[in-house]
Amino acid sequence: MREVVFVRALNEALTEEMQRDENVFIVGEEGRGVFGVTRGLLKKFGPKRTRPTPISEAAFTGLGVGAAMAGLRPVIEIMYLDFVTCCWDQIANQAAKLRYMSGGQLRMPLVIRGQQGNLTREAAQHSQQIEGWCAQIPGLKVVMPAMVEDAKGLLKSAIRDDNPVVFVEHRGLYGKKGPMPRGEYTTPLGVAKVQREGTDITVVATAVNVHRALAVAEKLADEISVEVVDPRTLVPLDTETILASVHKTGRLLVVHDAPVRLGFGAEVVRIVTEEAFDALVAAPRVLGGANLPMPFSAPLEDVCIPNEDDVERTVRQMMEG
Amino acid sequence: MKADADEMKEMLRLMYTIRQFEDKACELYTASWEAGNFLGALHPSNGQEAVAVGACTCLNDDDYVLSTHRGHGHFIAKGGSVPGMMAELLGKETGCSRGRGGSMHMFDPDKGLMGGNGIVGGGTPLALGPAFAADYRGTQQVTVCFFGDGASSQGPFHEALNLAALWALPVIYIGEANAYAVATPTSEGVSVPNVADRAAAYGCPGASVDGNDVLAVHETVSEAVAHARAGKGPSLLEAQTYRMTPHCMAMRESREDVELAEWRERDPITRFEAHLQEKGIMTEAEQNAMNQQVAEVIAEAVTFAEESPYPDPADVAEGLWAT
Ligand SMILES: Cc1ncc(C[n+]2csc(CCOP(=O)(O)OP(=O)(O)O)c2C)c(N)n1
Ligand SMILES: [Mg+2]
Repeated sequence: MREVVFVRALNEALTEEMQRDENVFIVGEEGRGVFGVTRGLLKKFGPKRTRPTPISEAAFTGLGVGAAMAGLRPVIEIMYLDFVTCCWDQIANQAAKLRYMSGGQLRMPLVIRGQQGNLTREAAQHSQQIEGWCAQIPGLKVVMPAMVEDAKGLLKSAIRDDNPVVFVEHRGLYGKKGPMPRGEYTTPLGVAKVQREGTDITVVATAVNVHRALAVAEKLADEISVEVVDPRTLVPLDTETILASVHKTGRLLVVHDAPVRLGFGAEVVRIVTEEAFDALVAAPRVLGGANLPMPFSAPLEDVCIPNEDDVERTVRQMMEG
Repeated sequence: MKADADEMKEMLRLMYTIRQFEDKACELYTASWEAGNFLGALHPSNGQEAVAVGACTCLNDDDYVLSTHRGHGHFIAKGGSVPGMMAELLGKETGCSRGRGGSMHMFDPDKGLMGGNGIVGGGTPLALGPAFAADYRGTQQVTVCFFGDGASSQGPFHEALNLAALWALPVIYIGEANAYAVATPTSEGVSVPNVADRAAAYGCPGASVDGNDVLAVHETVSEAVAHARAGKGPSLLEAQTYRMTPHCMAMRESREDVELAEWRERDPITRFEAHLQEKGIMTEAEQNAMNQQVAEVIAEAVTFAEESPYPDPADVAEGLWAT
């Protein structure tokens, strides 16, 4: 193991996969790498394989979809995932559906990746969480790494997958350091990871919230035993690991940044109440983002996403209740 | 490149096939509809056969075609399976998309047929992809992307043309200016008289051609294909044509009888028949015989489709994920 920052892990995944398979290429704006994920790749692989594009999300995402149909393995970078609205047809109506509509004849080995989240005070058009939008479209896989190790392993798996994968990075994690194995490895899609074992309550958290949940678990360690489950991929979702955890703890709290309304938390609660109702000793809860466009001003933004205090308070309430 | 006599006969056969296929399909759909069973939407291309045939006969099997919601003609002209299409229209397991696609979504990747599209203009950015792949791999393949006059007002169309020209991709955009987008006349939807005039804005060659003259289409598209194969980039072509049947099956429309009659005079099939007779390439009797043979092919396709099984509901999820 070595200590690496999150962006570096992603950069290594791209580098290794491009070296491994010459069908892999990157297409997107600013091939020079605005957030550092693609840094150095243009120089290393040249403009054929790291192709800077005009500001034309529909065109270059469409290009990626068509290139995947023709057997290449594009990695499409969306500068801010909020901008998928400009290529939503290419993602939701084309990439997700063409294989099925062809009766299974086409393959769609493509990755759409980019960063999202908040914490940088960029207001409502640069602070959204798109994972729920994508998870609602049958035919798309949705990946959300929280840990440095998984960032690399999951991105490598996403690139090797023959289906369209939306790879959602939280920019709040980019600078985070974490351990990463040396040498070649991949992390399978559709397998959750228990990031911390516990016996009193299950906290299912995504991306940056995994770190919030872990901090709370550590803080409460002497009083409450918190189990933190990181689904890592939302589609396909490893329901087995979540259900096993709830069977053990009897309590479920889901934490995510995306607006709480009709979100991932609601879906996990549905699955657990349908399949493990008898195991529950408290009503399941969801902490999600506010049902609001993300405001700019810091004190406003800060109340729109869950923080560690919210998680701690809710965990305590659920233990008392 | 000009077509030789055998190629011209093949063009006529393809045009007959498209016309008869769509007439038959409309008949089946309308009868079913009238009997209370709506089979779905079906967009026939009567009157536009010369565009599909003139263009696709310039292509090799491994060249790509991206089609539209009005794509039966493109599929037939590029060598797609006629029984497979008919079965698809009836939602059968033997259909060319296993009953998962229907009229607007016919696929045959082995023939380079990368699908129709239910989104108007949806294929225009996708077409960049196979063209990019050919460039990436250094093959000589080209991609043809059909689109309607209405589609040329979609945003992604303009992004795609800009990118195609910027990167000199081997793609040929062929607009079928068939006078209407549903009931909206082209003049109310497109700000220039000819869609091809827009080529100047992207910096690529553009040409407008009589879309009811199969040989003229063939010649124009041949030049654009040679241009693309030579690595010189895209072309924006426009075929002036007319949809002689309603937008969608038996949908009621109010069009001027004179207008329809004028265009019937210019029916691409009768025009081509006359041309071939004039040049001594085919007699009327030979043409009748050919049309009769096509009728048999269509009848067999209907039998095949009707006798084929429906997909098993237990398999409904099949084809979603590649494993
Ligand atoms: C994005 C989108 N908007 C609207 C429609 C509904 N629609 C289907 S066909 C059509 C007209 C398309 O006109 P044109 O591109 O000229 O093709 P044509 O039907 O004339 O072949 C419309 C508006 C659609 N399918 N997709
Ligand atoms: Mg039209």
